[in-house]
Amino acid sequence: MSNTTQLLRFITAGSVDDGKSTLIGRLLHDSKSIFEDQLSAISITSERRGMAAVDFSLLTDGLQAEREQGITIDVAYRYFATPKRKFIIGDTPGHEQYTRNMVTAASTANLVVILVDARKGVLVQTRRHTYLASLVGIPHIVLAVNKMDMVDYSEARYTEICAEYLAFAAQLGLTDITCIPLSALAGDMLVARGNNMEWYQGTTLLNLLENIVIDYDVNTTDFRYPVQWICRPQTEEYHDFRGYMGRIEAGEIAVGDEITVLPSGRTSKVKEIVTYDGKLQRAYAPQSVTLTLEDEIDISRGDMFVNGGAKPKVAKEFAAMLCWLSETPLDKNRKYLVKHTTRTAKCLFSGIDYRVDVNTLEQHSTATLNMNDIARVAIKVQQPLAFDSYTTDRATGSFIVIDEATNNTVAAGMIA
Amino acid sequence: MSETENIMKLVEKEIMSTHTISHLDVLESESIHIMREVAAECKNPALLFSGGKDSIVMLRLAEKAFRPAKFPFPLVHIDTEHNFPEVIACRDKLAADLGERLIVRSLEDSIRRGSIVIKDESKPRNPFQSVTLLETIAEFGFDACMGGARRDEEKARAKERIFSFRDEFGQWDPKNQRPELWDTYNTRVHNGENIRVFPISNWTEMDIWEYIGREKLHIPEIYFAHKRELIRRGNSVIPVSHLVQPKPGEKVEVLSVRFRTVGDMTCTAPVESTARTVDEIIEETSITRITERGATRMDDQTSDASMELRKKEGYF
Repeated sequence: MSNTTQLLRFITAGSVDDGKSTLIGRLLHDSKSIFEDQLSAISITSERRGMAAVDFSLLTDGLQAEREQGITIDVAYRYFATPKRKFIIGDTPGHEQYTRNMVTAASTANLVVILVDARKGVLVQTRRHTYLASLVGIPHIVLAVNKMDMVDYSEARYTEICAEYLAFAAQLGLTDITCIPLSALAGDMLVARGNNMEWYQGTTLLNLLENIVIDYDVNTTDFRYPVQWICRPQTEEYHDFRGYMGRIEAGEIAVGDEITVLPSGRTSKVKEIVTYDGKLQRAYAPQSVTLTLEDEIDISRGDMFVNGGAKPKVAKEFAAMLCWLSETPLDKNRKYLVKHTTRTAKCLFSGIDYRVDVNTLEQHSTATLNMNDIARVAIKVQQPLAFDSYTTDRATGSFIVIDEATNNTVAAGMIA
Repeated sequence: MSETENIMKLVEKEIMSTHTISHLDVLESESIHIMREVAAECKNPALLFSGGKDSIVMLRLAEKAFRPAKFPFPLVHIDTEHNFPEVIACRDKLAADLGERLIVRSLEDSIRRGSIVIKDESKPRNPFQSVTLLETIAEFGFDACMGGARRDEEKARAKERIFSFRDEFGQWDPKNQRPELWDTYNTRVHNGENIRVFPISNWTEMDIWEYIGREKLHIPEIYFAHKRELIRRGNSVIPVSHLVQPKPGEKVEVLSVRFRTVGDMTCTAPVESTARTVDEIIEETSITRITERGATRMDDQTSDASMELRKKEGYF
């Protein structure tokens, strides 16, 4: 593998029995990423359960409870590499009650593979997964029409499903969609093309995963740098050193560039870009660096350095799409904590505009939010936050909500 | 603007537009970001350091995260006293070279206190490590312990969060994990609870070796091929040591081997190898057909769920 091998993070989503685990198992197996001891362990288990062939889904069912029940209960991460790319797969369960897991895995993904069973076509769950993918802003969508072997590899059936799906996706404004007919069980169109679908001229799944262009960042022009940690060595050699450590979430920065510190609005110039490997003239997202400034100004963790044409908004009130993740419903009378980039502040939910029915996309009014609910809400924060809209910048447009009493993460938010 | 300046601008533009960042750079930056979040948000963190290759990578990442300052946390090693001497020597040398504080707590301390009862000296001690770890956490009041575990190592780890919450008994509840979204980590704990943090969760064995090569990291010699006395037991070979001696009828063989992991001497098996450099190890790793733990950790093979059970009890 060369030093410039890229990383692609993708997730799989589908209903129960769409063959998701089989697809991942196949992909790992056919790309020679399954090791002999893993294969022999699952072969023995498959045989013990009286299965005729090796059950690849056993590879991804990690926990004892899941193996006993034959279901996937949480997000699991898998790793494989081809000479072209390194992949991280977030494997998410398809059960109704696990919307929160899909949102979780989707939040870091560049691409989603949505599975449908060729016999069943586009289901309510397919629509839900697609809506969630659009909500969380996954840049690329693959519709994998699986189990083509069960419909005699019918081109007509495939075309029908694609048409129905694309019409639905268009309603959500989604455009970057690739449809692929495949059989995870037989291995058609995953890694190899197979001999069963001569009528299909498009790409195989692996070929697509290896070649799709990854945008590490939606916002490549506007510099966004939340301050994580202030480095003050206080040694003789670094007596006056004051470095602002963080990760460039968007854009780029060069020595001499002017930056604005938000929320204060003070400005300075970048004096040095310090790294362990030496000083840089210029740095890009998603590098972690240390910046020193020309002027001594009051800066602490939670502040954000920015430059570029579009400035983030600085406000104490904003609207957001919220996915409620906790079994305990939202209590509008309570204060919560919001963690946005490196800043944590108390917050209040001042209103719920509407809840989205993820199956029909209809909007309903509601007084509270339960687990897996998705809603547009109005939030008031104790201190001003500097933010972009989520569609402009995932890193500076997202936040989590923490319940101070339990310390649980109770919601995920995307700023409108 | 002079002609040279103009050309320089053009060249710079060209470099910018073709700028790509490698998977190792992405992983490295993610790990640095995680470590800095721990430093900033946790009151009293520690970095678990064993002298093995993954924790050596963790040290380099900590240097990248915090230099030119010192680490804002101590290094902690829970010593089973079943470790390879070469690894312990490397542990001490690295901590000294970096000028960082190293805290070592031994299973022997717990045995003396009576919180661990050992029945058979020649049996692996990994199951007991969690006892001493939890005692050490209580002794120093650590609220966060960073460890070098990776998700590709084992099925149970594949489902663990980067910030993995533990209750006051140090237990992991896989069915009740905090959702983890984007790179926005919830680091909050109540008194007595703590968080295990895995900054290299998303790294694979191959990434570790490539990084060791790229960063020219010094690792214990036993990772490279060497001649060693071994005993064949079942499907595995075990190194002869003061803890493992041949039983009557067992033959001692001398083979060229290297270790892929360096844990408890009584249950860590080497693999046959002639790889003497990092590049040769990478070459071997890219064609190997057996997982790292499958090849080397006999205690993970006792049941399909052994790691899950150990994690639930507080093993990191």
